[in-house]
Amino acid sequence: MKTGFCLRNAQVNQMLKIVTVSAEGELGRRIRDLGLIPGTECKVIGKAPLKDPVALRLKDFTLTLRNSEADHITVAALED
Amino acid sequence: MAKYTLGIAGNPNCGKTTMFNALTGARQHVANWPGVTVEKKVGMIKAGEDTIELVDLPGTYSLTAYTQEELVARNFLVEDRPQVVIDVMNADALERNLYLAVQIMELGVPLVLGLNMMDEVRQSGKHIDSDKLAVLSGCKVVETVAREGKGADELLRTSLELAREQRGEWKPLTISYGPDLDPVLVEMQALIEAESFLTDKVPSRWTGIKYLERDEDVIARGRAVNADFSARLEAMADAVEMHTRKTLNARPDALIADYRYGFIAGMIKDVVTYPVLDQDRVSRSDAMDKVLTHTLLGPLIMLGIVYVIYEITFTVGEVPMGWLESFFGWLGDTVTEAMPDGHLRSLLVSGIIDGVGGVLGFVPLIMFMFLMISALEDSGYIARMAYMLDRVFKIFGLHGTSVLPFIVSGGIAGGCAVPGVMATRTLRSPKEKLATIFVAPYMTCGAKVPVFLMLSAAFFPENAATVMLMITLGAWAMALIVARVLRSTVIRGDSTPFVMELPPYRMPTLRGVLIHTWERTWEYAKKAGTIILGISILIWAMMTFPQMPEERAEVFEAQRAPIVAQLETLDENEDEDAMAALEEQLADIDNAEAEAAIHHTVAGRIGKALEPVSLLAGFDWRTNIALTGGFAAKEVIVSTLGTAYSLGEVDPEDTDTLAQKLVNDPMFTPASAVALILFTMLYAPCFVTVVAMARESSWTWATSSVIGSTALAYVMAVAGYNIARLVL
Repeated sequence: MKTGFCLRNAQVNQMLKIVTVSAEGELGRRIRDLGLIPGTECKVIGKAPLKDPVALRLKDFTLTLRNSEADHITVAALED
Repeated sequence: MAKYTLGIAGNPNCGKTTMFNALTGARQHVANWPGVTVEKKVGMIKAGEDTIELVDLPGTYSLTAYTQEELVARNFLVEDRPQVVIDVMNADALERNLYLAVQIMELGVPLVLGLNMMDEVRQSGKHIDSDKLAVLSGCKVVETVAREGKGADELLRTSLELAREQRGEWKPLTISYGPDLDPVLVEMQALIEAESFLTDKVPSRWTGIKYLERDEDVIARGRAVNADFSARLEAMADAVEMHTRKTLNARPDALIADYRYGFIAGMIKDVVTYPVLDQDRVSRSDAMDKVLTHTLLGPLIMLGIVYVIYEITFTVGEVPMGWLESFFGWLGDTVTEAMPDGHLRSLLVSGIIDGVGGVLGFVPLIMFMFLMISALEDSGYIARMAYMLDRVFKIFGLHGTSVLPFIVSGGIAGGCAVPGVMATRTLRSPKEKLATIFVAPYMTCGAKVPVFLMLSAAFFPENAATVMLMITLGAWAMALIVARVLRSTVIRGDSTPFVMELPPYRMPTLRGVLIHTWERTWEYAKKAGTIILGISILIWAMMTFPQMPEERAEVFEAQRAPIVAQLETLDENEDEDAMAALEEQLADIDNAEAEAAIHHTVAGRIGKALEPVSLLAGFDWRTNIALTGGFAAKEVIVSTLGTAYSLGEVDPEDTDTLAQKLVNDPMFTPASAVALILFTMLYAPCFVTVVAMARESSWTWATSSVIGSTALAYVMAVAGYNIARLVL
């Protein structure tokens, strides 16, 4: 686990850890309300038929996120 | 004998409504929270001597001021001060669900945690130590399975015990927000208490936190109470924000969220135990998603499901709709026979019975649609629809779930905009919902179909089917384009964030679906009795008054007299042909009289007065009256056109004679037909839809839609008319 990269570029089924969340305002609030904060482990488990939005699996539940919203989140890959 | 008020809070999809239903049964009352279109459900329960008022708060993830739902929930806690709040939690996602609970604790309202969906927790192999959670959180904890009604009684008992113990006293929780924010908060707290600033309602530290979070609602209240002091707090918040931005590159609200989650993580560390070897176990829900949201299969299955909803709503719904129609038809006939001819009879039959009957005829459609939509919503599939379609609908400033209202409204020709507009309930994004409500009625509803069928069969007999298809596609194109325009002008703004939970697939409960359907249907039926009745009477009066002057009526009477006399001299058995001819003449006179009569009414005068304007689109006064009547119901367009063309009332199912009449009218050209199609597609929705729109948004928005859509329809009709004149 070294440098962070944008969540948009994450591969499906790659284990990730959130490094930063830079969104502000309503979007930032929604992202945080659903538990996307630095340190959270997650993985992209699927993409919608047109590749956007993506389904993101957290420890206890799944949420959806547009690519444009994923741009505000940087993640790092977790080595197994 | 005491009266208690309990609030039920919780995240969306946590089983909160199911728990509410389990606690109150059918004894609930649905209304809106004052000033907003967020639904308020209240249930009354008797517990021994005591009366309990149970208030279902909107499902929220948080208590900020970003959405109406959250504001409503928060204001209820602060203003109505319930004795106890029950937080229904999806225990399977305990950490995230505690985020709301912690915010309620910070406010200090006595709280009971309902750990719901414990069956799913056990299935997933997790273990939750609820006794430990009770100790660590300081709240009472009750394990429940709402869909089976398990734990509901205990939850209520525990809440009542707490209400009696606490006697309305609030004990706010204090969380540390770290070395940057804590000192400021302590300072703010001291100042707020010294000034007694908002302390009659909320704890001082809570106000401080809200100032740091830049909560617009709290700051506005603060300014109203004491502007100078509020400015001082705002300045303190600004200073600390400058600092945290510089040193941590984060705003205080982000830090606060992080610390809250930190607090929660500390609390549940020893409460939740995860199974060790279960990392790669694919849950049933994920497996279903592999198919149901598959790149190719997903959209195909979705199309299938949407089609089935549509088919069941309109084919199965048609049966009881037919019964209702026959009943009101029978009622109208009975009244007609029982009463003498006159205004009162006409008002009763044509105004009240036809109006309300026509409107109640929609009840079966609404019932069937909500049966299926609430089942789909409870199953978690609606969220998947939004997920799959978001990319497409985002382009037009809409939401993935806008597809349902569109289809039900007539995206597949033959729908109905009333249940369609009501289906926007599934949209949680306010701007997208407004745009959807505005444009959904453009779709080809069942009542517009006869108009389109008649016109395309009469004027484009070679290509009637193609024209019908083009109309359906044209309606979609117009709806999407107008939505895009609205979203870049009147309801401009970024799309509502799509960060949304994808709940696991669950089997909907029959009880939940039935209660939801009943609420919706009843709400609609009540409207039919009030506003809709009033408008039907108004429209009836417009199409009846003022009546022709006596002299004019006498002219028709004079024409009839000799024919009637002649008829009486004929023998019923011998002169059948002659009699038939005479009766036809009589009917012609009656129809001519009806035409003259409608010409004289307010609607007729409006039609006549509008002629100079409407002629630009190729409509004369007859079409104008029909379109005015179409505001009552689009079915009326064809029948009124018949009256205005002195054919008597035309049955919308059988329009051959009217079509012939139109084709023979030199004024009514194929270009007029094109213009009329465009106008009917786009202009003001029928008033039943308008009432539904107002119910889902506001009267202002419903009125803007009527005016805006009619203006658009006119422009399109004029353009269509002139282009068609050149081309055809």
